[in-house]
Amino acid sequence: MELTGAQILLESLRREGVEVVFGFPGGAVIDIYDQLPNYPLRHVLVRHEQGAIHAADGYARATGKVGVCLVTSGPGATNTVTGIATAYMDSVPVVIITGQVPTPLIGNDAFQEVDIVGITRSCTKHNYLVKEVGDLARVIKEAFYLASTGRPGPVLIDLPKDVQTRLTEYKYPKTIKMRSYNPTYAPNPKQVAKVAEVVRRAKKPIIYAGGGVIASEASEELAWLARSFDIPVTATLMALGCFPADDPRWLGMLGMHGTYAANMAISNADLILAIGSRFDDRVTGKISEFAKNAKIVHIDIDPTSIQKNVPVHIPVVADCKSFLTALRQTLEPTLAEQPAAGHEAWNAKVAAWKEEKPLSYNQEGAVIKPQYVVETISRLTKGEAIITTEVGQNQMWAAQFYAFTRPRSFISSGGLGTMGFGFPAAIGAQMAYPDRLVIDVAGDGSIQMCIQELATAVCYKLPVKIVILNNGYLGMVRQWQELFYKKNYCATCLDVAPDFVKLAEAYGAAGFRVTDPAKVESVLAEAFALPCPVIVDVVVDREENVAPMVPAGKSITEMILV
Amino acid sequence: MRHILSILVENEPGVLARVAGLFSGRGYNIESLNVAPTLTEGLSMMTITTIGDEAIIEQIVKQLRKLVTTLKVVDLTDVKAVEREMMLLRVDAEGSKRAEVLRIVDIFRCKVVDVSPDELVLEVTGTQDKLTALVSLLQRYGIKEVARTGSVAMRRGMQE
Ligand SMILES: Cc1ncc(C[n+]2csc(CCOP(=O)(O)OP(=O)(O)O)c2C)c(N)n1
Ligand SMILES: [Mg+2]
Repeated sequence: MELTGAQILLESLRREGVEVVFGFPGGAVIDIYDQLPNYPLRHVLVRHEQGAIHAADGYARATGKVGVCLVTSGPGATNTVTGIATAYMDSVPVVIITGQVPTPLIGNDAFQEVDIVGITRSCTKHNYLVKEVGDLARVIKEAFYLASTGRPGPVLIDLPKDVQTRLTEYKYPKTIKMRSYNPTYAPNPKQVAKVAEVVRRAKKPIIYAGGGVIASEASEELAWLARSFDIPVTATLMALGCFPADDPRWLGMLGMHGTYAANMAISNADLILAIGSRFDDRVTGKISEFAKNAKIVHIDIDPTSIQKNVPVHIPVVADCKSFLTALRQTLEPTLAEQPAAGHEAWNAKVAAWKEEKPLSYNQEGAVIKPQYVVETISRLTKGEAIITTEVGQNQMWAAQFYAFTRPRSFISSGGLGTMGFGFPAAIGAQMAYPDRLVIDVAGDGSIQMCIQELATAVCYKLPVKIVILNNGYLGMVRQWQELFYKKNYCATCLDVAPDFVKLAEAYGAAGFRVTDPAKVESVLAEAFALPCPVIVDVVVDREENVAPMVPAGKSITEMILV
Repeated sequence: MRHILSILVENEPGVLARVAGLFSGRGYNIESLNVAPTLTEGLSMMTITTIGDEAIIEQIVKQLRKLVTTLKVVDLTDVKAVEREMMLLRVDAEGSKRAEVLRIVDIFRCKVVDVSPDELVLEVTGTQDKLTALVSLLQRYGIKEVARTGSVAMRRGMQE
């Protein structure tokens, strides 16, 4: 059957199992929008293309499926760049379809022309400019395959307007094989045997889990390892939820704003099992001081992550789940004869660190502490909500004080640290799970970066809850200024802010303001029970700091603790 | 240390930009680069010479392999390989200089590919060292222009 390029695109999306497309129209994609009503795809019309890409990203992080975003050429395309880079840094599978000017005009500085393939080359896993309609079906197949396999990531397809209207015979490839792309999933058995050996012998082991554990759905396998060998577990921001916070082996997040126990444990361990994590500088602190006495095992599906920042003793290129499954098969048969190898002394030490300096704050007096707000949210939702965050102190408090119980329930821009991410990401997650409670823990600064999506949430009846930890500052930057720049609060005070309650109401959402610590719980409970989008503006202690903090460039044992 | 990387890629638009962007985006420098189609339809071979310590080269090689359009990357520094580069030179060869230049042409097994009353255009192939030596020898006669291809390289035949 002959179809137009636009029809081929939409039919192929359907065949890829796409249910939702987040988009915003324009001249270069109008032919696609013209066909859209004929296909069983739900389209979410955002109010800014940045909202579309973050929503597709949030949808992907919440589900593990590929998120899809559709925008026009020129400014539509450039508005997605921050979101593409955000997804790229955090290895999130999204497919971005951008309209492009007609092929004869490409390179002519035509109206709304940008070289989006050139612009996004370094922040996509791969990208395509489709010049022949005959290539389109294959390109879409490849794009979904690339986005979702190996180390996942964003893939962009630039589709000129004339290609959208041209006709060709449609055949969607069933399978795909690319001679130049073959990600490794299965670990080398020799490496697995080596890891099994060091796990058996270690006296002071620690698991340092990263986003790869979430991406490969390996939480159960990870828990088996931790519990069978009684190994304490820490995780990066990207992996929160991969191991339940109520397990005694859980140490909390590590790194710059990690817990005292996690940073002390990884610094004193004799074996670090880095599983799907990448030794980011926010995790390691001063690299030459990092875990000097430990043997490091590093499992990553991306060979470029291994030996990049730290020397590794046993590198394993593999998907985390395949690796952990293979490791279990190796270790399990001998487990009975070899009971969890004497980690009692080590675990007692780790427990002492936990007890000595737990995350803490002091909710006394008339001012609300932001940590108390997050802890209350955690309690009210039993750790089962989907939490998205903005960036800054709000993000760190959410990471520290919410007790996550399952994977894919913490959605945050880790690698790029994109303010404005949390709210549209929450919209994406809520589209995927209409019945779950989705909460954006926000800052008063960040929330203003994609606030226009309130209209989207209201329009599609997405009952996302935004809890603003309103400190009247770009708080995280202010914290740095306080600690390292002699309190020179230049350009971080948000003197003029909207009335967030009125703002919510203006969009047709509900709004609450809380200033009294005694009311926090009841107002949050009331807000969470409402079936519509809600902003809860919580006026918090203006100069509360995130602690612990490892100053940039310092060893992670040198924490500022207050 | 200088490394010669041989990179087999899909011959499609944008491939060169992907490879070059990978170097520039990470602050690595390309010393020379050469691309041409191979015998297999749709594939090109790139030869890139670059300088870096072991850790940097390991990262470069892995990043090159990670590109979706790359099939194979070999660091020819690790194996026995032959390396050649071609160079064209426009040399001042007026009057008495001419004979001396032609003597050097002989010694270096260059070819004279263009002759005019006061200058010669020479063609020479060899290792980088040889070409560099030739350039420094001819400098005293006056080199007006140089064009070099950058290295191409190939693994030697199987040997002990
Ligand atoms: C798009 C973007 N611009 C700038 C920054 C730098 N930055 C990091 S945290 C932060 C402050 C955020 O303020 P707010 O949202 O109020 O959060 P708080 O730290 O006060 O909780 C800023 C400006 C960023 N991360 N993202
Ligand atoms: Mg703030």
